[in-house]
Amino acid sequence: MPIERLRARRPHLFVARDEAPIAFAESVGGAIRLAALNARAVAAGLSVGLTLADARARVPEVEIFPHDPAADADWLERLAEGARRYSPAVALDPPQGLVLDSGGVDHLFGGERGLAEDIETRMARRGLIVRLAYGDTPEAARALARHAGAPAPDEMGAIRRLPVAALELDEDACAALIAAGLKSVGDVLARPMATIAARFGREAATALRRLTGEEDSPLTPRVVAAPIGVERRFAEPVARTEHMLGVLEDLTAEAARVLEERHEGGRRWDARLFRSDGEVQHLRVETGQPTRDPAVLLRLFRERIEALADPLDPGFGYDLMRLDVGLAEKLDAVQLRLEGGEAKSEAVAALIDRLGTRLGRERVRRIHPRDSHMPEQAELLLPATDPAPKAEWTRPEPGEPPLRPIHLFDPPQPIESLAAETPDGPPARFRWRRKMHDVARAEGPERIAGEWWRRADMAPPTRDYYRVEDVRGRRFWIFRHGLYTETERPRWYVHGLFA
Amino acid sequence: MEEPFALIDRLRRAAALVAPGDDGGMASGRGFEVRLAAAQLHEIHALSEGEAASGAGLALGCALTVGARPILWLRTEAAERQGGRLHGPGLVAMGLDPADLVVVVVADDAALLRAAADGARCPGLGTVIAEGWGAMRGLDLTASRRLMLAAEASGVLMLVLRVGGQVVPSAAATRWSVASAPSRALAAEAPGAPAYDLELLRRRGGPAGARWRVEWNRDTQSFDPAPLSGARLPLVADRAVAGPAPAPVRGAG
Repeated sequence: MPIERLRARRPHLFVARDEAPIAFAESVGGAIRLAALNARAVAAGLSVGLTLADARARVPEVEIFPHDPAADADWLERLAEGARRYSPAVALDPPQGLVLDSGGVDHLFGGERGLAEDIETRMARRGLIVRLAYGDTPEAARALARHAGAPAPDEMGAIRRLPVAALELDEDACAALIAAGLKSVGDVLARPMATIAARFGREAATALRRLTGEEDSPLTPRVVAAPIGVERRFAEPVARTEHMLGVLEDLTAEAARVLEERHEGGRRWDARLFRSDGEVQHLRVETGQPTRDPAVLLRLFRERIEALADPLDPGFGYDLMRLDVGLAEKLDAVQLRLEGGEAKSEAVAALIDRLGTRLGRERVRRIHPRDSHMPEQAELLLPATDPAPKAEWTRPEPGEPPLRPIHLFDPPQPIESLAAETPDGPPARFRWRRKMHDVARAEGPERIAGEWWRRADMAPPTRDYYRVEDVRGRRFWIFRHGLYTETERPRWYVHGLFA
Repeated sequence: MEEPFALIDRLRRAAALVAPGDDGGMASGRGFEVRLAAAQLHEIHALSEGEAASGAGLALGCALTVGARPILWLRTEAAERQGGRLHGPGLVAMGLDPADLVVVVVADDAALLRAAADGARCPGLGTVIAEGWGAMRGLDLTASRRLMLAAEASGVLMLVLRVGGQVVPSAAATRWSVASAPSRALAAEAPGAPAYDLELLRRRGGPAGARWRVEWNRDTQSFDPAPLSGARLPLVADRAVAGPAPAPVRGAG
């Protein structure tokens, strides 16, 4: 698996030296040991767990790469994403397996054999060697793929001929089975289940039942299949973006018809472009209001494509496109356009969707009230498409000057208090951003205690807030962090600026 | 070809940029009101970074006086970082319901102008405020003309709020500079309602250069003329303490 990732990611390493022994090393408990090998390295006599020094001594020409399980897992995820072209139910079987539920989909590829051939050729194109097996249960398929048994006339026969290691029990249990003379799964199955459970533990019995299909183990698909999905396969791969967008438009129109029948509109649309070499590109578009207007969606998809950090790379072309509606909500057949207000708010919602698609949803936001008396937590910034939480702003009294700043610094910015201050007053003079400010007017303190109930160990210092205005009329919201009784020399901060 | 009446109407609208009060006089103080014409592009300059909050206050006030809601407020990351984020309770204190506001933070000036153009074209919006800090290189005659045309077509009040940048030629209908002014003190020398010194730097098809001192009145959602008595300190002391630093003089030799 790591070898194949490396081959796909850095092909230049493999030009004309396909036959070199390669090993991946990781540091285990202070020593650097081999973690994975290619076939050639195994043939040269190396094995997993050998220290790096030993390996180098035995096979001087071995090439060592750092072992990176995280990158391997990531790579497997990408393969799983690619495997969604075959079936919506794909589960990861780390570190190097994928389990597909092919029930009901294999006829699309000409039966099980056709599906297997398609997978093999597609993977071979990327230099991947796959071992495929079908089974009635995921465990059976996995065991058959992993542990090559002797040829057998049917599935049950093949399972019987698997070595006991295929049960995937822990090492002790496995050794115990072998010590008891049970070498193949068939040997174990020949004994009464109760005896096996009594002697080798319940796990052994469960593993056996799962392997033979007596006990169900559900497949946990990586992605839950979307309620509505449409797809288009191409006989010839499509490489032009314009053509691709045309197909995307057809797909949205098709999905829109399905949605219309259900009186729904989609809020999350996922387009997946499957490249002929197995890579997948994923484009997601979200809207604040449910929609099924292909023109709107196509515009959003265009924005999305434009906003991509790496432009779309069709490679040798796409041979399958899928569009899923991940989130659908009620949408009445006819939009109410009687009132001008409705059309106006629709135009704003469309603008918010466009900006959100181009810039990122979290950059387009609304400010919501939040029930906290800590100034920096008294508001909640949420993406503009999200629903508003239930809370109310505190309305100011008529005639009262603004008591909260229009600009808030988070975190507050330190200022230097320059003139002597009275214990309950603001500084008469302070320096902020290398500029001097002489306080002409001030009001305060407004005492805001720390939220002591949030931290059990110690309450944060009290803050005394002052509204101050300097001689030029600039208005600041400053606070002293801590009372004189709490701290020796409290620090001063500017927390915000009044308009 | 535009209908002659429509053209005249458009020109007349362009001319009525600052709707004068009863006496038609703006400098007299009485009956004066700052009302920016909607469906136009206006520029507000906070000439130093320390005046950023005043600029924000004036822009917000201009939107509120004409009731041009909802507001799309576009800011660059630089503005957000240096000027602090827009604070909900503070906006409420100025008289805006934050439900009428969408804040967009963009990476740079180019993205800001692009989003502003999209906003100015959206007839559902009341106001678009595009806030940029420093030299906005992309904001040239072409870009501002584009914003102006979009605003004329959609009826959006398009405000470009510039903080700490140089004034460059643009197609804006009016250009204002704003600075904070000492407020009228409340009881016990507490700072009062927000006060600003405004200067009309440029006005298309009209005289410019006038200055006013105004005070934001949240309850009536209007700018009221502020008496100059607000300046408590003598002018000389004012300048000596916090005035702009004198230009460095190169010593002879």
